[in-house]
Amino acid sequence: MQIIESAKTYDVAIVGSGAGGGMATKILSEAGFDVAVLEAGPFFDPAQDQYRNQLRWPWESPRRGASSDRRSFGDFDAAYGGWNLEGEPFTNARGTDFRWFRSRMLGGRTNHWGRISLRFGPLDFKRKSIDGLGDNWPIGYEDVKPYYDKVDKLIGVFGSRENIPNEPDGFFLPAPKPRLHEMYYINAARKAGVPVIPSRLSILTKRINDQRGSCFYCGQCNRACSAYADFSSGTCLIFPAQRGGGKVELFTEAMVSEVTTDREGKATGVTYVNKLDRKTYHLKAKIVIMAASACSSARILLNSKSSIHQNGLGNSSGMVGRYLHDSTGASRAVFIPQLMDRKIYNEDGVGGMHVYTPWWLNDAKLDFPRGYHIEVWGGMGMPGYGFGFNPNDLNKITGMGEVGGYGDALREDIKRYYGAVVGISGRGESVPQYNNYCEIDNEVVDEWGIPVLKFNYQWTEYEVKQAKHMQDTFEEVLSATGGTLLGDKPGADRQYGLTKPGEIIHEVGTTRMGNNPKTSVTNKYNQLHDCENVFVMDAGPFVSQADKNPTWTILALAWRASDYLVDQVKKRNI
Amino acid sequence: MDRRDSLKSILVGSVAGGMLVTGCSPETKEPEVQQPSEPFAGYGRTEPEKEHDREVAAEIFLNEHELETIAVLCDIILPPTAEIGGAVDAEVPAFIEFIVKDMPYHQMPVRGGLAWLDRHSNALHNLEFKKLTKEQQLAICDTIAYPGKTAPDLMPGERLFTRMRNLTLTGYYTSEIGIKDLGYQGNRPGVWDGVPQDVLDQHGLSYDEEWLSKCVDQSTRMNIAEWDEDGNLIS
Repeated sequence: MQIIESAKTYDVAIVGSGAGGGMATKILSEAGFDVAVLEAGPFFDPAQDQYRNQLRWPWESPRRGASSDRRSFGDFDAAYGGWNLEGEPFTNARGTDFRWFRSRMLGGRTNHWGRISLRFGPLDFKRKSIDGLGDNWPIGYEDVKPYYDKVDKLIGVFGSRENIPNEPDGFFLPAPKPRLHEMYYINAARKAGVPVIPSRLSILTKRINDQRGSCFYCGQCNRACSAYADFSSGTCLIFPAQRGGGKVELFTEAMVSEVTTDREGKATGVTYVNKLDRKTYHLKAKIVIMAASACSSARILLNSKSSIHQNGLGNSSGMVGRYLHDSTGASRAVFIPQLMDRKIYNEDGVGGMHVYTPWWLNDAKLDFPRGYHIEVWGGMGMPGYGFGFNPNDLNKITGMGEVGGYGDALREDIKRYYGAVVGISGRGESVPQYNNYCEIDNEVVDEWGIPVLKFNYQWTEYEVKQAKHMQDTFEEVLSATGGTLLGDKPGADRQYGLTKPGEIIHEVGTTRMGNNPKTSVTNKYNQLHDCENVFVMDAGPFVSQADKNPTWTILALAWRASDYLVDQVKKRNI
Repeated sequence: MDRRDSLKSILVGSVAGGMLVTGCSPETKEPEVQQPSEPFAGYGRTEPEKEHDREVAAEIFLNEHELETIAVLCDIILPPTAEIGGAVDAEVPAFIEFIVKDMPYHQMPVRGGLAWLDRHSNALHNLEFKKLTKEQQLAICDTIAYPGKTAPDLMPGERLFTRMRNLTLTGYYTSEIGIKDLGYQGNRPGVWDGVPQDVLDQHGLSYDEEWLSKCVDQSTRMNIAEWDEDGNLIS
């Protein structure tokens, strides 16, 4: 097979169109660079009806919105793919059960994510100084703060000024008022001594420019917004970059296999398979930015071997793929009798919770390191596949009728319990481990002939004890609602309900940044120690991940790294 | 179209046709323009998804007798009321016909369960379930519809009935008729401005002033946001 060379050499090739790739596209095209964006999936624009999931009714899907191998989070979720990608497997080492959520499409996983947009706080960059575990970042909050501020203003995030030291305030849009079940949560949490504040989501409760609408409260951000009233990379970064007159060329269905290098070891571009004709192409570029997601970028770097970069590009330290870590997670739900037979009104609200609990025990003495925040769910949502299963199990608790049965009584049961269950979930910080990693599985290739990733990952006692603390807290808070907790409290035999690694979809750390090239992959500006014209701008460079969802920090660091890149090019250092 | 004809129409995959027995039609929907090769109106699918839907729609799994029995069970589980249509009106049998093909793990339990139900009916009345009188059908349902109260040798029936109840209810409450019955008010553009006052009163709750001061004034939602240097919103 002959490799087809691109006619021209781009200033920058950006691999991946998610949060990091989108930000790099916007900043670098505005700086006058000639940019090529390579995305392994198809084009996607939620404003065009052919892609629209928003405001569809369940019956428009013959499976009524159920999840499938083609869309893990259901027919109406915006993320194509998910836990499985046909033709693109990965493997787990014996004893590992890592889950890897991938979405091949313009904008990647930003099309469906929860929009929870939390800044890392000062403590989050320096956890080793506090508990001696893992490593400190080579940068601190003060380095990133100006970029968080700029991201807030460019993209928009609602929230409230709270003056909590490790939950820095930003340039917030106003928050939506709590829903009824969220008011029950607020009161219960306060009784249990657990704080609650308005959530911080990148959804426009006010307009921020004339190109994006404001939220119209359908509660469907996961379906991608046709009014561009929430953040996704395509709608908020890549399309504006194109409209702004910059030189942005999109290559969709382009599955990048490796970064090519010259005899001096400098990057010369990327090779990719065009999924539509299955041919291999070489796209020449002066600078390569990896933003394919922490694990996909690690995979491409590890597959980019040459005489100079014998262990893969950027991997002279052997650290590419190491320190992979995901958030912890655990959940519990409660049935609240006062919420039976609710008056029905439209409480869709924004897509996601209106209130949350930030980590509140930084100063407490606990038997585990790091912390977690608590998310809240419930309400009178739109039915989808699964609604109505076991419609009257709660009659066991209330004694208000038979369990099972048939006929009109079922209609009453459905309405009685609609919106009467409230759940909470913890999302916590794990401690990065050298021995949790992804590597190339030399025995398996995907359908494009590219060797796949193999995962090695075990939770430690730290995460298990954190999950136990979550369960104890959940029990206390949910009991304070006056309701009946559902299901058994998971014990040690089930690791206290701790989710599988990867399941929270916050995987980070595979190309971590640091000042020492022997123990880190990139410098503090996301630039490979081993190759000055390659940057990593996804969550790979995270040294640790806080209990904060990674996206806002990916965006801030990608902007910061892009500014640095522009400066280095001006100074002729790259 | 009578029930038999409409079931036949399901078998050839024309779900868009009328499964409507009692006339609770989905009112004045705009006629959808469909490519003949697309069994379902567009709902934001990728090409591989369209291909999958076409394949599933073209498949045949449940036979006419099974679908007729399912329709009988659907009508027992959720009959029409004076006000609103039941499971058959909401085309739940067509939904079940599709879903057991789309989720093959339903296939054996449904097929085997229905066969058990006929064997059981034959043993009691020397007739298939669908041919029993309504009273006879309900008498059998009474022995298999209440988990925890089922005789051990009737457990296959309980399993079938539970699955049929789940699929019937989920099919119904995700249909246009079912959403209307439930009363769900969302999935439309609107403005959320908090829990209605009468609901707050009913629950003895109120928003506290400090919290409200952090919330959006919906009269200014279309204004473009501006902040002072400290991050205070000034628009």
